[in-house]
Amino acid sequence: MKKLMFVQTHAPHGSLFGQEGLDAILMGTAFAECTVLLLADGIFQLLDGQTPAALGTRDYSVTYGALKDYGVSTIYCSASDLATRGLVPSDLTVDVTPVDDDRIKALFAEHDVIFSA
Amino acid sequence: MKFAIVVHGAPYASGSSWSALHFARAVIRSGHEIYRVFFYHDAVYTASALMAPPQDELDVHGQWVDLSKQHTVELVVCIASSLRRGMLDETEADRYEKPGHNLDDAFVISGLGQLIDAGLNADRLVTFGA
Repeated sequence: MKKLMFVQTHAPHGSLFGQEGLDAILMGTAFAECTVLLLADGIFQLLDGQTPAALGTRDYSVTYGALKDYGVSTIYCSASDLATRGLVPSDLTVDVTPVDDDRIKALFAEHDVIFSA
Repeated sequence: MKFAIVVHGAPYASGSSWSALHFARAVIRSGHEIYRVFFYHDAVYTASALMAPPQDELDVHGQWVDLSKQHTVELVVCIASSLRRGMLDETEADRYEKPGHNLDDAFVISGLGQLIDAGLNADRLVTFGA
């Protein structure tokens, strides 16, 4: 079976890319082994303490916490993108594994199909 | 080789749809096969049967329809993305009691399972981001 990787690159509430991308991740877990990688502003999707109700949007960051139950064992993020944004893993709502650029390159190589949003 | 193509961008907001169309034509011209084209996010607007661009301008919608008819390419729009953006076929318009429908019948409304299926069954999945 092919290994799938889903790459999220957009900040959460200015567009629907994050939320709709997460829908694709959930669908992917029904078919195959899935990995999630957060790059660039995609990391903001996991920021703890979001109160998007003020914007009229949904706090879907909690769904990332449920991905473990759907068989997504690890959520990766770019260590440098995290640092550039002044964040540390404890600022995020779920456990993420920060990885360096070489490891990111390896992740792309290890997976058969890349879905991005 | 079987290619799956994923389009993310609204027709005139970025080069996404137009580039994907050129790529699709190149795939066919090179003797390869298109497994499916999946329109996601704002790309679902590409399916509007009501687009009427000036005759001397790019007709993104019309070109996709031509491609689909000439080469029997499956064009799928994501149902969740479509419904929230008001892209409805007759069945969905009836289901949600909306006054009209606008999805060109060259396109099919279906679920995200079709996106994952395309990734699993095509040899290459190529995404044209917004």
